[in-house]
Formats: sequence, structure tokens, C-alpha cells
Amino acid sequence: MEQTDAELVAALRAGDDETYRRIVREWNSSLVRVAQIFVPTRSLAEEAVQETWLRVLGALDRFEGRSSLKTWVFRILVNTAKTRAQREGRVLPFSALHDPSRIPEASVDPERFLADDHDRHPGGWSSPPPELPEDRLIAAETREVIAKAIDALPATQRAVISLRDVEGWSSEEVRNALDLSEVNQRVLLHRARSKVRQSLEDYLA
Amino acid sequence: MIDIEAFSCQELVELVTDYLEGALAPADLRRFEEHIAGCDSCTRYLEEFKRTIELVGALTPVDVTPEAESELLEVFRSWRAQPGRNEAGS
Repeated sequence: MEQTDAELVAALRAGDDETYRRIVREWNSSLVRVAQIFVPTRSLAEEAVQETWLRVLGALDRFEGRSSLKTWVFRILVNTAKTRAQREGRVLPFSALHDPSRIPEASVDPERFLADDHDRHPGGWSSPPPELPEDRLIAAETREVIAKAIDALPATQRAVISLRDVEGWSSEEVRNALDLSEVNQRVLLHRARSKVRQSLEDYLA
Repeated sequence: MIDIEAFSCQELVELVTDYLEGALAPADLRRFEEHIAGCDSCTRYLEEFKRTIELVGALTPVDVTPEAESELLEVFRSWRAQPGRNEAGS
């Protein structure tokens, strides 16, 4: 029962609780994750989300449908959370969001590869990935390990992997909502996925 | 003739998301696939990486807490109750 953005906006304008509640349920964890890129705690992130809804509702009449409703709401969230962070004197992680490549990060510990000048296999695995037993991969405790690994990520990486791989957003949706370049979105996603894979290996092997 | 150098394993692990997203240039895609075809360890790495994505995708998104939901509903209701709000839009 997908409603179009125009239908959603009309229902919200008409004051329909149920539509609002449904959108909140669907988007809230993503909204909080994204806000946490900018503010340090979950409760501050939740406050930013509340303020965002206040702004969104107040500006509904001006929603023109040039972007999707979701993108529009997330853009307002990003602005709201940035403003709050500035008010609290926090240095924004602009470089982390907009130029992650400036700080290089290896997907796999460099110690696990042979040296570049190795005579037979330069840059080859010296400590190859071990097999991960499938029965343990699908165990409930493994889900916990994955959830914890995601929680432990830097906030920008956590937001990107949550939106892309947990919530199933497209790369374009993530790029639009966070105002990220295609390359930077991929760098952040790759780093997040690499660390989660490593945490599975650490746990299972 | 230009000799295209093969990727090392250490280079390959940096390109897995680019590969999965279809973002590799044709020459790099060929080097990636040639490497995978001849390297059991990187094949395993790629499989584990894909499995990781599937398992992350199987996590249930965190539900909004009842407290947060009622606070957000309160935002909606007080907005709705504002005098002068034009329900029909302009």
C-alpha cells in the first residue's frame, strides 16, 4: 500500500495521525542515525529529530516535490543537526563526511599481506581469511556481534551502512539525503562493511 | 603493447564495494575478475564480504521507542492544533 509523496503530504496537511505515525516508525531509526553524525549523543539526536519534524510540518506547504519527501526531510534533518552541533560548539566532521579519503584506512590489516617487494607474491595474503562456519554465521549471537560492530563504527560510516544495507536505501537516496558524492558514499560504505566482516572473522574464526 | 599489471590481494580487498556497486572501470573490472578466478583466498574474501552484506541486511531496523514515538506525536498534534493553520493548504 505505497502512497505517493503527494498523497502523504496531503494526509499530513489534513492532520492525519496514522500517516504521520507510519512515517515516523519507518524513518525514525534512520533519522536518529543520521543526526548522530553531527551530535554526540542519542538524546541530542532525538531532539534534533523532533525539531526536524517541527520544521518539516511548518514548511509542508512549501514542499514542491522537486526531491522525494524522504530526501527533503533528511536534508532538513542534516541542517537542523548541523546547526545544533554548531550551537554547542562542536567541530563538525565535515572531512569525515565529505572527504573520507583524506584519512586512509585499510580494509584489512596490512600485516596480513606479504611485502610489496616479496619475490613471489608481492601484496599477497600471508594470513588469508579463514573459513567462517555457516551454522554459526546464522546463529542469533552472531546477529548481536554484527549489531555491535555497526554501533562501534564512526558515526558517518554507521549512518551509511545503516541506510544502505540495513534499511535498503539506494546509493542515490543516501547520496541525496547526506549530500555525499558518489565516491565518498562508496568509501564510507566500504569501510563500514570491511570492519563488520572483520568483526565476524574475529568472532568466528 | 601496454602490460596491465595485475591487482595484488592487498589492492583487491580495497575494491570489493566498487566491484559490487558496478563502479569499476572496464579494465579494472577485468583485472578484478581475473584475480578472483585465480586466487582462492580472495574468492573466499569476496564471498565473506557478500555474506556480511546479506547478514547486515537481515538485521531488523531498530524500532522507535514508545517514548520517542509519543513525543513525536505530540509535535504533530501541537502543530495541528495551531490556530490559523491552513488545513487545505494555500
